[in-house]
Amino acid sequence: MSIVLIVAELQPSGQLRKATLNAVTAGRQLAEKTGGELHLAVLGANPAPVAEELRGFGARAIHTVGGLSQYVAEPYTAALSQLVQSVKADYVGMAATAVGRDLLPRVAGRLRAAMASEVMGYEGSGADVQFQRPMWAGAVIATVKLTTALKVLSFRGTEFPMAEPTGGASEVKAFTASIPASKTAFVDFKEVKSARPNLTEARVVVSGGRGTKGDFKEVEALADLLNGAVGASRAVVDAGWVPNDYQVGQTGKVVAPTLYVAAGISGAIQHLAGMKGSKTIVAINKDGDAPIFQVADYGLVADLFKALPELRESLAKLKG
Amino acid sequence: MKILVTAKRVEDYESKIKVKPDGSGIFLEGLKYKINPFDEIAVEEGLRLAAKHGGEVVVASVGGKEVQEQLRHALAMGAHKAVWVNHAGPLDQLGVAGLLAKVCEQEKPDMAILGKQAVDDDQNQVGQYLAELLGWGMATFASKVESLESDAEKAKAPGLAVSADGKAVRVVREVDGGLDTLDVQLPAVVTTDLRLNQPRYASLPGIMKAKSKPIAELTPAGLGVDVTPKLTITKMAAPPARKAGIKVPDVATLVEKLKSEAKVV
Ligand SMILES: Cc1cc2nc3c(=O)[nH]c(=O)nc-3n(C[C@H](O)[C@H](O)[C@H](O)COP(=O)(O)OP(=O)(O)OC[C@H]3O[C@@H](n4cnc5c(N)ncnc54)[C@H](O)[C@@H]3O)c2cc1C
Ligand SMILES: Nc1ncnc2c1ncn2[C@@H]1O[C@H](COP(=O)(O)O)[C@@H](O)[C@H]1O
Repeated sequence: MSIVLIVAELQPSGQLRKATLNAVTAGRQLAEKTGGELHLAVLGANPAPVAEELRGFGARAIHTVGGLSQYVAEPYTAALSQLVQSVKADYVGMAATAVGRDLLPRVAGRLRAAMASEVMGYEGSGADVQFQRPMWAGAVIATVKLTTALKVLSFRGTEFPMAEPTGGASEVKAFTASIPASKTAFVDFKEVKSARPNLTEARVVVSGGRGTKGDFKEVEALADLLNGAVGASRAVVDAGWVPNDYQVGQTGKVVAPTLYVAAGISGAIQHLAGMKGSKTIVAINKDGDAPIFQVADYGLVADLFKALPELRESLAKLKG
Repeated sequence: MKILVTAKRVEDYESKIKVKPDGSGIFLEGLKYKINPFDEIAVEEGLRLAAKHGGEVVVASVGGKEVQEQLRHALAMGAHKAVWVNHAGPLDQLGVAGLLAKVCEQEKPDMAILGKQAVDDDQNQVGQYLAELLGWGMATFASKVESLESDAEKAKAPGLAVSADGKAVRVVREVDGGLDTLDVQLPAVVTTDLRLNQPRYASLPGIMKAKSKPIAELTPAGLGVDVTPKLTITKMAAPPARKAGIKVPDVATLVEKLKSEAKVV
């Protein structure tokens, strides 16, 4: 029987990062495919409340490691690697967030394990299970086989629905790790404060590109009307017009909202890689040949400075 | 200070990648190859650090003889010497990191700067593996606070700030929810994000000079590294296509479609 260990991610505030629940679904599916059992791990300064929150999700056990401070790769690598060995996990995975992308390959390095990043699904079952993952900005979906005993996986959240509680109460076990001195010191975290929903969790995302010339007022106003998040293309982030946290794409966030509005975005494959899984895509661009129209369900060839306010006013009327 | 940077050879990010119908790979005809865009940023950052603090930039690449093109490109940008690990077969991230760890043991750089991800495999792993194999501190996804259109960028200032005593580097990182800042003791591994800098073009004199710069050739066997892949690709497929959409003539039609057809508002 295999053991699938899914790592929960805590936000700097100590709260559970929601992407963890997508990874829990990925872990459940993997446990089913491999005839194994699901375990969860919660690492941080105070893991107990989050472990409690996760008790109803059907894990065989929840392992907590306390006494850690703010996330830095080295101490978390030490703690997680020791835990993986102690529970004899065959698979260890977490969401492909910034922390997941930073931490997991380092843990894989310590335990000399192979790793598949941004796993989207599985093929086969039992010990022969293989992993589907994107390559070349999602132009190709590859199936990969990992041949080390321990297999490390990061999961693409948009491909696995958020887990719902299944009832039952997992056993919570405290694990004590020995944490050596780190060569890295945390200095600070400059948070992008926003009252809007999280980009990766929002039902609606309104994104602006270079076509906005840095004026995001109308993009934000439409997002706010629809209770949505604001996204951006890389060009806009590079120009320093919006925080990096807004970036959607191959090297930024992958989103799949119910409605994605792209305004003044040309639709480079690197951008499409982060949003083409959205349910409905609207593109507003003044160039009728822009590649974004190839993925848009509804394309409007127009000046965004005219179309966005008009769209917002009509939708506001509709809402009454 | 000595800085090791990497230069993976990848398909030009503007190339159209198409999967063969039998799933065995991609069509290679007409593809152009370049240095991985993130690695070009690594080379640029190395050059800026060397210009500010003195020292040299060594560029390394793993692959068949064709990767010498990417090494020459980095040399033309201004890197001082190159290390080519000659290996023609398939490689995984653990294998590449194992080779780069040996190169670092030989070259003893103060910093190894890699791209955060190679835009062919999109794995985002080698830098983290490398830091672990060497037991070094690391800072992934290095960025900077100033924009790529700022004065600091125009002055070609490095985004990585080496401490006055030369013992640590301060790195601003792109993470979820904002920017993280770390102080990492040297030697350290840093991986680049796109906002770290705007790489320079190779000048004509640079290209001429690069021709006479040394490229040292190494092999996995010589370095004592077993590079048998632990990750193998068994199949490739095209992603599911989206069904074709329509163009709407005006905002009123758009709103009508969103309401009664897509039912999303
Ligand atoms: C390694 C690498 C990784 C990358 N990763 C990402 C990524 O993760 N995410 C990402 O987004 N990009 C990424 N990029 C960048 C990507 O290749 C494109 O350069 C970028 O997405 C372009 O942004 P844009 O569409 O906003 O700008 P442009 O391509 O300049 O397009 C602007 C568009 O706005 C339209 N426009 C202008 N004015 C108006 C107006 N008034 N009204 C309506 N339309 C208007 C124009 O017709 C044009 O189509 C990456 C690039 C590289 C090399
Ligand atoms: N064959 C290679 N030669 C040199 N550097 C490489 C090679 N493969 C990967 N790298 C480096 O590792 C980084 C991350 O690659 P990856 O983990 O494969 O996404 C790249 O940006 C390169 O800097």
